[in-house]
Amino acid sequence: MRIPSGCAISAIMNVKGVRFNGEAIIKSIACMHERSNGLGGGFAAYGIYPRFRDLYALHLLYESDRGRIDTESYIREHFVVEHSESIPTRPMIAITDPPKFFRYFVSVKPEALDPLRGEDEAELLVRATLTINNYIKDAFMVSSGKNMGVFKGVGFPEDIGRYFRLEEYEGYLWTAHGRFPTNTPGWWGGAHPFGILDWTVVHNGEVSSYGINKRYLEMFGYHLTLQTDTEVVAYLFDLLHRRQKVPLELVARVLAAPFWKDIDRMPEEQRAMYKAIRMVYGPAMLNGPFSIIVAFSGGMLGLNDRIKLRPLTCGKKGDFVLMGSEESAIRGIVGADLDEVWDVRAGEMSLVRLEEGGVTVGQELPAPGVCS
Amino acid sequence: MAKSYLPPEYVVSIDREKCRRCGLCVKGCGFGTLKWGHDDWQEKMGVFKDGQDDLAVAFQRMQSASPDYVVADSSRCRQCHYCVTHCPEGAINVIKNPVAYKANEHWAAHHMRNIWLQAETGGVLLTGAGNDKAYFSYFDHMVLDACQVTNPSIDPLREPMELRTFLGERPNGLEFERTDDGQVRLKTELPPHVQIETPILFPAMSYGAVSLNVQKALAIAAKASGTLMNTGEGGMHRDLYLYADHMIVQVASGRFGVNPDYLRRGRCVEIKIGQGAKPGIGGHLPGEKVDAGVSQTRMIPIGSDAISPAPHHDIYSIEDLSQLIFALKEATEYTKPVSVKISAVHNVAAIASGIARAGADIITIDGFRGGTGAAPLIIRDHVGIPIEVALATVDERLRREGIRNRVSIVASGGIRHSGDVAKAIALGADAVSIGTAALIALGCHVCQSCFTGNCSWGIATQRPELTARLDPERGAELLTNLLRGWSRELKEILGALGLNSIESLRGSRLRLRGIGLSQQELDLLGIKPVGEGA
Repeated sequence: MRIPSGCAISAIMNVKGVRFNGEAIIKSIACMHERSNGLGGGFAAYGIYPRFRDLYALHLLYESDRGRIDTESYIREHFVVEHSESIPTRPMIAITDPPKFFRYFVSVKPEALDPLRGEDEAELLVRATLTINNYIKDAFMVSSGKNMGVFKGVGFPEDIGRYFRLEEYEGYLWTAHGRFPTNTPGWWGGAHPFGILDWTVVHNGEVSSYGINKRYLEMFGYHLTLQTDTEVVAYLFDLLHRRQKVPLELVARVLAAPFWKDIDRMPEEQRAMYKAIRMVYGPAMLNGPFSIIVAFSGGMLGLNDRIKLRPLTCGKKGDFVLMGSEESAIRGIVGADLDEVWDVRAGEMSLVRLEEGGVTVGQELPAPGVCS
Repeated sequence: MAKSYLPPEYVVSIDREKCRRCGLCVKGCGFGTLKWGHDDWQEKMGVFKDGQDDLAVAFQRMQSASPDYVVADSSRCRQCHYCVTHCPEGAINVIKNPVAYKANEHWAAHHMRNIWLQAETGGVLLTGAGNDKAYFSYFDHMVLDACQVTNPSIDPLREPMELRTFLGERPNGLEFERTDDGQVRLKTELPPHVQIETPILFPAMSYGAVSLNVQKALAIAAKASGTLMNTGEGGMHRDLYLYADHMIVQVASGRFGVNPDYLRRGRCVEIKIGQGAKPGIGGHLPGEKVDAGVSQTRMIPIGSDAISPAPHHDIYSIEDLSQLIFALKEATEYTKPVSVKISAVHNVAAIASGIARAGADIITIDGFRGGTGAAPLIIRDHVGIPIEVALATVDERLRREGIRNRVSIVASGGIRHSGDVAKAIALGADAVSIGTAALIALGCHVCQSCFTGNCSWGIATQRPELTARLDPERGAELLTNLLRGWSRELKEILGALGLNSIESLRGSRLRLRGIGLSQQELDLLGIKPVGEGA
């Protein structure tokens, strides 16, 4: 069952990589309380596990001990577990019937890599995520990147943030999601952000092209379990950027492709490139209203659909770049005094990267070598 | 000769009070149904044969007393409505002969008529156009989705709506490189492909089966609408060279009109293996239709029958097909996509998979409602499967095998309106072909008599007095209007679905629901039943 929903999204990043606690992002998403209905909220945080920065941080959700035992035996089979613990939470009246959360800091067992498929560590992590989510009952991989983690559940986002005690973590990049689903999922795994490896997606919108996006991903071996648009977005980034090495700025142009009327007016070489993108990646285009914030180790990008049917605003103050469904989510934290504020334009992305401090808007491409 | 057991199928009635005796209908009927009454009377009386004065005087007297009038030989009528449409007085009507056969749920009138006809002739019954039997229509049991609240519908009058479509192989991914100045450039070289501005093509209808004017109209309309027409197996007449860039050139089992120039001239090459109306059956253009123009274009002598064998005699298996595909690619220096057209038969998914692996860039699947200029009735009505199911199973099979990107799928066979187009695209077609619908736009009334060569509308005939009726410019206008109308409707459908580009509907079966279908049929079509949400 796919669940359409309206949403609030926001993000805060310090481009110098200075870490700050989760208080700000909770406040930011709480500013947009009206955009959620208490049926889902979540956060992604980057830079929170400096002690284990070189290990994959697996966040797992269990609905039964059986699920945990099965998953742990699967994890031990494929990974060396350096450290594991339950994720600390705070009992709250607003949060009812939560599942159990565990995290594992692991490295990949070399013998677990499938040599026949030329599998690398990232491939194995993707395979592990798909296997656990598809085949192990009562278990769900919430996130699996290095030095980052996703915290999510059923409730208003600010309550979820308190529940997971996010004020005790420090990260350089935080994203948040508040959900307004049009029916009751009642399932913690179905909340957002959705992540694979260190990619996380928060998304406000409904992808009207979900049917073909899903079938397209299936051709490349992705099996969608959540029936959410966010999952589609995350897998598309994984397929296009990680596996097919499409530059990030062009992934955005695949997902929110320029219109033919604009392509037809481009200079020859550019026209040929965008024509090829639309021809080859047409089934990957996200059609319908959306604003998304994709976060990854070292940066984030905000992207709007082709005709901007959902809001997304960005602001800059000092070393901080903020994004939000509403300007309130930005001004509510840093006050009225912003250095810069802009709306993400239809079909264009705002890309922010660490260290370089560069904020890239729209079609402007990042400096050579920066793009991974 | 003994009297035929076959009563006329239709009754042509002429309102003698309205009739002004203009004679349009007499000239108009290609089947010779309508004649001047007095001619008939003269013949019957043998007036001029015998030259008897008294009778001649009697005739003159009778003629002055009763002016000439039109009579109908209803047994010749094919119900094409040319006379009904063109009578300026609205004086003609054609109705089904109300002769009542004894009610019988098993032996329908058409069964008996066919038996009488075969008992008289001993022949294979011929017919034209597509299967008209009351088989279940899957198109009519699928409905499309629309947006409400959670995602907004889009107004095509205010926002861009894109129908541009590509046919041909697509790589699974693209490679890019970054230049020294930081610009991203495309590294991948794309295989040959065709760009069309609306996902609707005109299918193969050969010069010979249809008149040159029909092909001209199709060619002009294809060019004006940014799409393609298809030569069919009749070669390309030199009057059409101007439009060659909007033509698919067909290579069928008879190889008529095929030479290297012909292949190079077209935008795309198509190997015809089968046709929905007559799977497994070849073609036969009777010598009477082979006039000078057809002879030149097909490269055969005037008046000789043009027989296309049932199989290609150089294709007895899939590896042979592969050889022909690559022979054609060699001949066109790998600049044109090669299509393979097959009819929808039981094992179509596996066949299509083989064709994709054999090197085809486009697979055209023609369902059992597809039209024809001539086919044995028994084949047309009893062989093949519906395009909806064939298309769905082919698309799914190719996806499961991970080779869907290797080919584009063109679906045809009974597509009647833009709703069918949208449903076919949602099931997985890259584009559709509309043959019968295009001919209907030109006046065809689907009288199914194409094989007689007497088409009153000047479509399926080579008789100069009939073909002259179809003005190619006017025909092109009708066809262009049709494509424009359907394209606009497609945009409305897309907008309602909250999409602004056709590729977001293509293969998106979640936007379809089945109504009144069994679970097995739903599974084959890959759709959910109505009432089931996302």
